[in-house]
Amino acid sequence: MNTRTATSTKPKPVFQTRGLTKTYVMGEVKVHALRGIDSELYPGELVVLLGASGSGKSTYLNILGGLDQPTTGDVYYRDHDLANAIEAELTHYRRYHVGFVFQFYNLIPSLTALENISIVTEIASNPMKPEEALKLVGLANRMNHFPSELSGGEQQRVAIARAIAKNPTVLLCDEPTGALDSETGVIVLEAIERINKELGTTTVVITHNAAIAGMADRVIHLSDGLVSSVESNETRMSPNEITW
Amino acid sequence: MKTINIKLFRDLKSSWGQVLAILLVVAAGVSTFVMSLTTHDALVLTRDAYYRDYRFADVFTTVNRAPESLRSRIEEIDGVDKVETRVVAPVKLAVANFTDPIIGQVVSVPDHGEPLVNRLHLLKGRYIDPERDDEVILNEVFATAHNLNPGDSLEMIIKGHLQRLTIVGVALSPEFIYQVAPGSIMPDYKRFGVLWMARSVLGKAFEMDKAFNDVVLTAQNGANIQDIIQRLNLLLEPYGGKDARERHWQMSHRIFQSDIDQLKQMATMFSSIFLGIAAFLLNVVVSRMINTQRELIAALKAFGYSNIEVGLHYLGYVAFIVIAGLLIGTTAGIWLGHGLSEVYSTFYRLPYLEYELRPEIIALACTITFLAAGIGTVFSVNRAVKLPPAEAMQPEPPAKYSKGIVEEIGLTRFFSQSSRMIIRHIERKPVKASMSIIGIALACAIMVVGTFFKDAIEFMVDIEFGLAQRQDITVSFIEPTSFKAFYELLHIPGVEYGEVYRSVPVRLRNQHLSYLTSINAYDKQRDLYRSLNTQHIPIDMPEDGLLMSEYLGNLLKVKEGDKIIVEVLEGNRPVKQERVVSLVSQYLGVAAYMDRQALNRLMQEGDAISGAYLKIDPRYENEIYNTLKNMPQVANTVARKNVISAFYETSAEFVYIFIGFITILAGIITFGVVYNAARIALSERSRELASMRVLGFTRGEISYILLGELGLLTLLAIPLGLVFGRVLSWYMILKIPQEIFRVPLIIEPSTYATAAMVVIIASILSSLVVRSKLDHLDLIAVLKTKE
Repeated sequence: MNTRTATSTKPKPVFQTRGLTKTYVMGEVKVHALRGIDSELYPGELVVLLGASGSGKSTYLNILGGLDQPTTGDVYYRDHDLANAIEAELTHYRRYHVGFVFQFYNLIPSLTALENISIVTEIASNPMKPEEALKLVGLANRMNHFPSELSGGEQQRVAIARAIAKNPTVLLCDEPTGALDSETGVIVLEAIERINKELGTTTVVITHNAAIAGMADRVIHLSDGLVSSVESNETRMSPNEITW
Repeated sequence: MKTINIKLFRDLKSSWGQVLAILLVVAAGVSTFVMSLTTHDALVLTRDAYYRDYRFADVFTTVNRAPESLRSRIEEIDGVDKVETRVVAPVKLAVANFTDPIIGQVVSVPDHGEPLVNRLHLLKGRYIDPERDDEVILNEVFATAHNLNPGDSLEMIIKGHLQRLTIVGVALSPEFIYQVAPGSIMPDYKRFGVLWMARSVLGKAFEMDKAFNDVVLTAQNGANIQDIIQRLNLLLEPYGGKDARERHWQMSHRIFQSDIDQLKQMATMFSSIFLGIAAFLLNVVVSRMINTQRELIAALKAFGYSNIEVGLHYLGYVAFIVIAGLLIGTTAGIWLGHGLSEVYSTFYRLPYLEYELRPEIIALACTITFLAAGIGTVFSVNRAVKLPPAEAMQPEPPAKYSKGIVEEIGLTRFFSQSSRMIIRHIERKPVKASMSIIGIALACAIMVVGTFFKDAIEFMVDIEFGLAQRQDITVSFIEPTSFKAFYELLHIPGVEYGEVYRSVPVRLRNQHLSYLTSINAYDKQRDLYRSLNTQHIPIDMPEDGLLMSEYLGNLLKVKEGDKIIVEVLEGNRPVKQERVVSLVSQYLGVAAYMDRQALNRLMQEGDAISGAYLKIDPRYENEIYNTLKNMPQVANTVARKNVISAFYETSAEFVYIFIGFITILAGIITFGVVYNAARIALSERSRELASMRVLGFTRGEISYILLGELGLLTLLAIPLGLVFGRVLSWYMILKIPQEIFRVPLIIEPSTYATAAMVVIIASILSSLVVRSKLDHLDLIAVLKTKE
């Protein structure tokens, strides 16, 4: 049952894309990662992007996060044109507005949990205290541990704390549970949900795990570089109800 | 501290082995630079101060005999500052417990007060009391060679009279920094000595009362030396003085200057080569290190760090290494420079050492190093940040491997799967592989350049004293003597064979170019003192015309067949044109050669000889020396073996000292380079290798893949390095001044082998470190993280 939920009562979208395409040239082959995506994401929403491997979801997320730029089409963050932004504008955008969570955590191995967060808060304009961010993900007691001393789930929670510590407008998570078992994954998802609820951060979670879709306000299905469907959940599931 | 800086220090700490290796390469390059240049500076500064403080003469001349009254006329010459008229007398000396003949030069000092020119630096004892007629001051090198001290005595034969002397002092003089017997270019501190005596005492003994036979003078600042020389020659001509010379031709100064020039060239060459290589390696190492951090860079960018911030972070990383390297290198360079200057100062018996560190030297070292490191960093950081972070964080697409040339030509059936991986990896990244090869090759090359001098010097001695000069002893007469004197020498028991020579001082002139040297003339048939052509084959003396060393030919710009003017500076002083018949190979000294009868004709003299070369029965050595010592017409007897050892102790020693310092630094660089190559290869491929371990490869097998590649690169680098080494050595020789001796490009297989061994040992040690790291690869981490 797919319904489009664009109604006039909706506030102004945080992200808006029109005809977004992205083509990679890899050696002699052209890979069409995105083939024309139209989408809107609204303030405070938790959106799950669902799609198989190669569907283009990471590319889409990277463009939203200012890590990459589209080949054609428009992408706006509020009034900012991300498609035509120059490098310095993108850096500024990432620095002050975007929190990233990567599938493989990308913690800096030579820094402790706390320091991995300070490295981001030090360059942000209105950050929370790094300790506070760690408390939000339930790791206040592990703050002086190095990544190698933390479990995968803990590392991912540090990565989430790092992403939200700058008080970003948007939180972008690329397969945050991809490398984790179900039990640990749930703890990570709870952390994400909590941020979304308590801080009202617009949150996009990429996954190929359909079970996770239940916790979203909206689920966008991507396949082969196109939005195949969008669905809204009347009520969000709590992550602890999710298993896979 | 900012967290990003904490990261920097933690990263430095965790890769300390590699950081240390890079740091040492930088430090070794910088310290070579600082050491070499400051040592050269110190020698020049000290010499200039020594010359100035002790009023080293600007002009030197000798006369047969001139009245003391002439002195005031010399003082009146325009531009002359201080004048000292002296008596200089050749003597024979005898020291207790030393049987070899010793010749000496006694130089007068004023009865009262110090000499106005060429003052003495009294080290021990006191000045001469003119009331006593037996007091002398000894030159320090001679006193030390015989362990003579004030209060000791020695014997002197002057004008045939034996005189017993009491040593009252030991001194240094700027005139005899190199104490070289007249007509020789090689110092021999035991067999030639300089003594100072009161003018009135020496005047009486040498029959020069109220007269002089030697003038030294200093010129006023800015005076025209050539004018002074001309006026002086004019004034002294009636007294047999025609050859006033400027300081440039003074023997001690000339050898010292040649050493300093040589040091300057070696210093410039070695320091630029070493620092250049260190800079190149720093550049390569930094680029590769940053490449391994590609993902981290992307992550930092994703957090919102700008390209400049990321760039500065890595610059900081490199700057730390460079600054630490510069600090260590500069400190070590100053310390080594001090040490080396002290060694040289002792070697030359300089009365003090002026050591000054020019800030430019350090500034230059810093600039070169920073530029090299900075360019490497900026270039690679720029490449790393150019990738959009999304792309940089993606696993790199599987590297494009293909069958390379080795496989195309079907050689792979001889190789195992692992060996094929090594070959493909090298073939796939030819630039990176070439950089590694060049780096290791350069390291190998500096070992060759650092050590080849020893071979060259030994070869030179072998040719000069094995092939060319084969006499056991050289006897020289006080003055040109009739050929009959030769028979007397041949009749001494123990003398087996002999040949005569005639030697006259000349000025050789080709248009505006001229050179002061001597013509040595031999009989046609000769076996002891031979001239060698450029292929080292003995050649006959032409009946007419001259032979001259290639080096002198180049100085005068003459080719075989050209004619030059010979101005004889002895006897009737004939001036004649002579043809240069051929150029000969000669590594030591700068002389011209002629047939003896041709020279006798040129001199308009009879069958005259200046001395003889003798082959002797070693059992009679002491008796022969004793006999020669007591022959009044014999001025000097020189044994070839003493010349060889004197050469090793002085001129060769001078080079060896420097080379000793250089070799250690070259070794450090070599180790640093090879170790870095190994460590970087490890960090670039540890994931791949860990994955292979997971797939079931053994530790030995994955070690083989990595270390096999390192080994292969090392083996490829060594021959290239030896070639580089030869080219650099050749370039070095080209640049080194060659007046006193000319270093041939001779590199013995053992030197190549040593250089190769150092590289191989460095390689093995580095491999052991890498191997132990490979044994502790974290296999789980590979399974967990991407790529």
